[in-house]
Amino acid sequence: MIDALTGVLLIPAVAAALLAVLPGYRLTARLNVLAAFLSFVTAVSLFIVEPVSGPYLLVDDLNKVFIVLTTFVGFTTSAFSASYIGHEIEIGRLTPTYVRFYHAMYQVLMFAMNLALVANNIGLMWVAIEMATLTTVLMVGIYRTHEALEAAWKYFILGSVGIALALFGTILVYMAARPVIGEGLYAMVWTVLVTKAAQFDPALLNVAFVFLLLGYGTKVGLAPLHAWLPDAHAEGPTPISAVLSGLLLNVALYALLRFKMILALNPAALAPGPLMVTMGLISCVFAAFMLYRRRDIKRMFAYSSIEHMGIIVFAFGMGGPLANFAALLHMTMHSLTKSAIFYAVGHIAQVKGTQKIADMGGLTVTNPVLGWGLVLGVVAIAGLPPLGIFMSEFLVVSSTFARAPWLVLILVFGILVGLGGLFLRLNTIVFGEPVGPTAPAQASYVPMFAHLAIVAMAGIYMPPALVTGFQNVARLLG
Amino acid sequence: MRGITFDIAHMLAGSLVLVSFMQLYQDRLYALLNIYALHALVLAASVAWQAFIQDAPHLYLTAMIALVFKAIIIPVALHRIIVKLGIHREIETVVGVGPAMLLGMGLVALAMVVMLRVTAEADPLAREDLAFALSVVLLGLLMMVTRRNAVSQVIGFMSLENGLVLAATGAKGMPLVVEISIAFSVLIAFIVIGIFLFRIRERFDTVDVQALDRFRGERQ
Repeated sequence: MIDALTGVLLIPAVAAALLAVLPGYRLTARLNVLAAFLSFVTAVSLFIVEPVSGPYLLVDDLNKVFIVLTTFVGFTTSAFSASYIGHEIEIGRLTPTYVRFYHAMYQVLMFAMNLALVANNIGLMWVAIEMATLTTVLMVGIYRTHEALEAAWKYFILGSVGIALALFGTILVYMAARPVIGEGLYAMVWTVLVTKAAQFDPALLNVAFVFLLLGYGTKVGLAPLHAWLPDAHAEGPTPISAVLSGLLLNVALYALLRFKMILALNPAALAPGPLMVTMGLISCVFAAFMLYRRRDIKRMFAYSSIEHMGIIVFAFGMGGPLANFAALLHMTMHSLTKSAIFYAVGHIAQVKGTQKIADMGGLTVTNPVLGWGLVLGVVAIAGLPPLGIFMSEFLVVSSTFARAPWLVLILVFGILVGLGGLFLRLNTIVFGEPVGPTAPAQASYVPMFAHLAIVAMAGIYMPPALVTGFQNVARLLG
Repeated sequence: MRGITFDIAHMLAGSLVLVSFMQLYQDRLYALLNIYALHALVLAASVAWQAFIQDAPHLYLTAMIALVFKAIIIPVALHRIIVKLGIHREIETVVGVGPAMLLGMGLVALAMVVMLRVTAEADPLAREDLAFALSVVLLGLLMMVTRRNAVSQVIGFMSLENGLVLAATGAKGMPLVVEISIAFSVLIAFIVIGIFLFRIRERFDTVDVQALDRFRGERQ
């Protein structure tokens, strides 16, 4: 029996196998888009008919939101990727063999992320996240330049250490669960763990969570474990930067949230909140300052991702229905906006033939659509009203201010510093005298503006169904 | 639980920590590789013993993977890479042998203090297994940060991973252990041997990570 749950796994898996053998860029790029679209439709259908969860796979209100977001951005990115890769083939940066490999890997990555999101077994979830890491390492290194290889190596080493620590944490959770639930499969099933969490040995859970936070936190890109992130974003193909920032960081965060929920149910265990709040704040402020000295456009937006993941982790760490709601909204808005920015940046870098900010200029004059698209994206990501990120940042601040005014002041300081850094660089890129090649971009603007339209829309009006949906999830997160 | 079976399990896990220490002060790649093979061998024995005392036949598979893949295939392959690249010279260490050993001892003490205190109620075998496993993991991490050479970093990572397998097999009845050990083997084989070392060599004619660092960061 194939239900929607199997569908979101089966479609990318079959597509990956097909893409690995089919020749021809045009056909495979379209097939890639088609598969991503089908996954998205299947994911949406999860809301209509909820499949039954088993000991391995699970669908609940929390992961539905993540799956739909993942498959949606996966779909739009595949559309962007089709035009991006077309250009890369033209200029000979990628050979047909590598393109075939790239497309197959893209679907493997989608499969791994969906699997991590629907996994009910904490061991299976770990395997899926490892698989996602592995595929992105290969994709980051695909250009095979010095920088790309170095970035991939750094990502591989840091990512593997993170993954290893996360596994140790997972084993410790099993050790804590075993005396209560008994040996075997069910001591690793998340839905069972949650019902019995109150009886687990709190000391063991504490140590487990520290390992999980460090392990999955590396993958979320929290400072000081973020070192791989800017390199991986800057050196890989731009569609992969969009997927990394928009999706993979969320998937790692999702894993962390699942464990946070287990810990929150054990009154004797340490509160996971303060740890997450601290790391979130450090990431936000640190990344905001790092924005100022960036010379590479993709690297700059990678730091902006660290900043926003910091804000999201801060809000989830504060907890409570309101802050969780704000965090969920911010995560959604950030995914959409950041991937839209990377779509613009990808085409800009192709037009200019470089990623150096100093070699860009006057984009609003030479390539008005791209230039103003980027301006809109940066205005959104910096959190200016009336766009969606302003809404979500406002909610983060207002929902936590009463509880921890000093912490929120630090957060707002970070956001403002980041805003300054972004606009300083944006000014160089899009205004002033045109610099460098000014050929028109062969771009598909639809994915970018579709994302920005949703973000702009969310700042003004949110459908009540969406609000209630998010509120349910926020309550679930506690 | 106490008795000869416990003692043997204890001894094997303890030997793994000891071999991890031996890795720390090897300053030649060949020697390091041989010690790593020994590390994997001890792990295989330990896992097989766990399979025997827990009466869990699937763990024999994990032991076989450790024996064939980690103790034989990987060292042989790495050996050939080292010969091909002609890098069987001394390993540069960032921290000297003395400080590295002291740091290692500190980490093991830390692992013991943390794990033994935390797992006071768990059964003694799993408890000490976990403490040893965490020591091996931390020593592997230490090795990764003190070495500059890509091959020795990979060996550090692989010994870290051996510690994780030790922990997973020590946790009695843990599901998916075999799958996880296979996933790790794939991780290592696929990336490290198959692609990275060859690609790095192709581009740099060296596997010294310091050479990679030159291309690091912002392109001016």
